[in-house]
Amino acid sequence: MITIVNYGLGNIGSIENMLKKIGVTEILVSSNHEEILKSDKLILPGVGSFDAGMEKINSSGLVNVLNEAVLINKVPILGICLGMQLMTKHSEEGEKSGFGWVDAETVKFDFNKQNIKVPHMGWNYVDILDNGLKANLPPNPKFYFVHSYFVKCNNIKDIMITCDYEGKFVAGFKKDNVMGVQFHPEKSHKHGMAFFRYFVENNF
Amino acid sequence: MLQARVIPCLQIIEGGLYKTTQFKNPKYIGDPINAVKIFNEKEVDELMVLDITASKSNREPNYELLKQLASECFMPLSYGGGINNFKQASQLFELGIEKIAINTAAITNSKLISEIVQVYGNQSIIVSIDIKKNFFGKPCIYTNNGTKNTGLDLFVYLEKLESLGVGELLITDIDREGKWSGYNIDLLKSITDKVKMPVLINGGCGNIDHISDAINIGKANGAVVGSMAVYQKQGMGVLISFPKYSDLEKVLNL
Repeated sequence: MITIVNYGLGNIGSIENMLKKIGVTEILVSSNHEEILKSDKLILPGVGSFDAGMEKINSSGLVNVLNEAVLINKVPILGICLGMQLMTKHSEEGEKSGFGWVDAETVKFDFNKQNIKVPHMGWNYVDILDNGLKANLPPNPKFYFVHSYFVKCNNIKDIMITCDYEGKFVAGFKKDNVMGVQFHPEKSHKHGMAFFRYFVENNF
Repeated sequence: MLQARVIPCLQIIEGGLYKTTQFKNPKYIGDPINAVKIFNEKEVDELMVLDITASKSNREPNYELLKQLASECFMPLSYGGGINNFKQASQLFELGIEKIAINTAAITNSKLISEIVQVYGNQSIIVSIDIKKNFFGKPCIYTNNGTKNTGLDLFVYLEKLESLGVGELLITDIDREGKWSGYNIDLLKSITDKVKMPVLINGGCGNIDHISDAINIGKANGAVVGSMAVYQKQGMGVLISFPKYSDLEKVLNL
């Protein structure tokens, strides 16, 4: 059972639709604590601002539940966009602390840099540093990005995917059972489908 | 390098797919869900759906239709039309719409933009601006599907939008819409020179060179195609279509 954690922010419909499209039959969209703790894999979606996200997770009582699932039960979890950022320690976008499952911070693109439009919005090619993932994606993988903040990993070996937007940034990280991507696989056609297939079919 | 986007725009009236010329004379094209399925197969960059009469006739967005469209859409989907409060915006995001486009309400209720930006982030909001030149060649901003001149100064308005944290602009030249004669590159350039926000240009696209001009000369972040996406050629029959990716690559130097 793959559960999409529903804390009230995120393009849950799109994620569910794409999982169905690639043939996943056991999908749950839930904020129920027991259901989350019983899941084989979790997806933490997220659209919007960092503090709004953490606040919603807090008010749904999901902080402890997710910590237990991720840190104790070691359930594989995929964070998407804001979901990825919430996995870091904190963000320049807000005051609240993130989960801190990965030794990383979320920082803002430099607005004042010449020629840089923020948000970083659109399709961009990525470099896949993880060979297992690379073998599972179509050649020249590209994904759809929409974000104004990005993740900085303190530990180089956690970096799984990089992307270039007037400078390299972390487009995906993986630390043990915790995986996060800045892009939207659910909106990235065949590239996104291949990425989800990789997450669904492999154990971390 | 970020890739420029080419975005088919589908105009909806009461659940049907239509195409207008200069915001007038809507011609029936067909079923929007079928069109979305075809654009999926063609792997287009992004899709935009505008309900062109919702604001004017004070109607709610057609949630049922949008839900169906979103579930068929494996690419980013933006929607505009009839959005004037926060609750509607929330409902649209829940359906799987990535970005909402606000036009009339951005002028009458700027607080709405701040509220949406605060909760859903600035990337979630497009402000759509419909422009027509007046007698003296000055760009005027129109609302209510091109029927009402607001009298606002374009560049003062753009500054305000930037300070509100708007994620993207959609600029439509009303006189060029549906005319196949090319985008208004001068207008586009005057805007992209001034603002930091990503800019989408709409109105007038008739061939792949027009797209190239918008991106390479006008510095647009995305080119919106309307007629070209739903007709074979100017004056010819309906055909849901999109330029070949390899052709786009050539002109856009991807």
